[in-house]
Amino acid sequence: MTALFHSSPSLREERLPGGAHTSLILRKGQILRLTDIDGGANVSMMMLNPHEKSERLNLPDTLKGQHTARLTAGHCFYSDMGRVLAGIVADSCGWHDPFGGVLNADETREKYGAGRYQELRNGFYRNGVDNLLVEMGKWDLGLEDLLMVVNFFSKVTVDEDGGFRFIPGNSRAGDYVELFAPMDVLMVLTALPHPQDPDAEYAPRPIQLSWYQADDAQATAEALFTRDENQRAFLNTQLFAL
Amino acid sequence: MRLITSNRRPEDAVYRHVIPAGEPWLFEVQKGQTLRLLDLEGNQAIDTLFYNADNPRERYDPQRTLRRQGNAYLTTGSVLYSNLGNPLLTIVADTCGRHDTLGGACAQESNTVRYAQDKRYMHSCRDNFLCACLHDGRLHNRDNGPNNNKKINLPNTPQRRHTLLKRVIGGMIIFFMNVPVTPEGGLTFEDGISAAGKYVELRAECSAVVLISNCPQLNNPCNGWNPTPAEVLVWN
Repeated sequence: MTALFHSSPSLREERLPGGAHTSLILRKGQILRLTDIDGGANVSMMMLNPHEKSERLNLPDTLKGQHTARLTAGHCFYSDMGRVLAGIVADSCGWHDPFGGVLNADETREKYGAGRYQELRNGFYRNGVDNLLVEMGKWDLGLEDLLMVVNFFSKVTVDEDGGFRFIPGNSRAGDYVELFAPMDVLMVLTALPHPQDPDAEYAPRPIQLSWYQADDAQATAEALFTRDENQRAFLNTQLFAL
Repeated sequence: MRLITSNRRPEDAVYRHVIPAGEPWLFEVQKGQTLRLLDLEGNQAIDTLFYNADNPRERYDPQRTLRRQGNAYLTTGSVLYSNLGNPLLTIVADTCGRHDTLGGACAQESNTVRYAQDKRYMHSCRDNFLCACLHDGRLHNRDNGPNNNKKINLPNTPQRRHTLLKRVIGGMIIFFMNVPVTPEGGLTFEDGISAAGKYVELRAECSAVVLISNCPQLNNPCNGWNPTPAEVLVWN
């Protein structure tokens, strides 16, 4: 999908350094663009309803509702309450991974070796679990709220026997993905290498975040009516907001 | 698919319970015990969540479990890892051959998305989980729950003592369900590969709370269009 649903200058720009974490509320009707600045980036993300934080991204429902094991333009992210938290309205790289999850501190040490703040200062080896937990803690969320996360910009395929294969080079410099919010959505994210990326060197890539106002929220939503399930999930979103 | 049988005899089990079709069941297995889930009549999805009984914030983590085994399906040899990176249980026998951990449970709300608005009022797994948790209490209230005599090594912060109930419902395994992933990234729902008498056995690597919904879904073939009873058995 190449059509863009925004034409005004961005509302805000932010550069997320490799290894960093942040959280934000994407307001109803806005679009967030994530850009892989240098190529080979990965962004792990959890989504929640900021007004009722027990409503969270449910990746199992997202995958089975759309009969997909990869995420790209036209796909929606469902909450456990059957609503659309966000949908992918533009995507230049074609595959985002729902399987890989995030590494914790032990797994990161195992993969990259020791990389403490004491020696490396802000270049220390961060890990996805701690990064997301810290960011979630700022919203009074905890371990119970960290569910399956999406890994944007990464591709992992599954062979006939179920074996995973990480496909390098899925995202090049300048590749982007755009998320449209049909309701306010709290996004918690970190820019760290995909857990299944075999590169043994800790080299997290930066991400550019750009906020846009959708020109026409209804037309943007309709671009996500790619299957009946999505249309029904949008109806749930709409009914709840009455 | 490699099928591994067990020679444990039902008459030697220390605990047996038949879960009627469409009902929840919540119980504990102790570290070192073996748990069998038995599909009594065939093609019955058994949605199951696992928690560390000594620290219920520690629960089954599907993404870590799949990542660490490098494979999208669960069967004999699969170690079920927690959100803290520890093994909770290990699958030690499996006569079905493949179990799903990607599809998750049905809920009233997801039924409206997957099928139709008027399917909202049908019974669902999430209703079962909530009902079982609300009666039991141990997964969300550490002061008054049945585990109040156990030492739980957690910071004593008031907010965390009474967490929202729904928050504890996280990743799960749908035993006896077949959800193949295609190399192109498709997710398909195949007819069950289970049959009457098929079972899976798990060894508990820690004392674990087991929360089950014997799936009541009638809108897809996950229960062969006919939800049936399932049995749990535990051996020392």
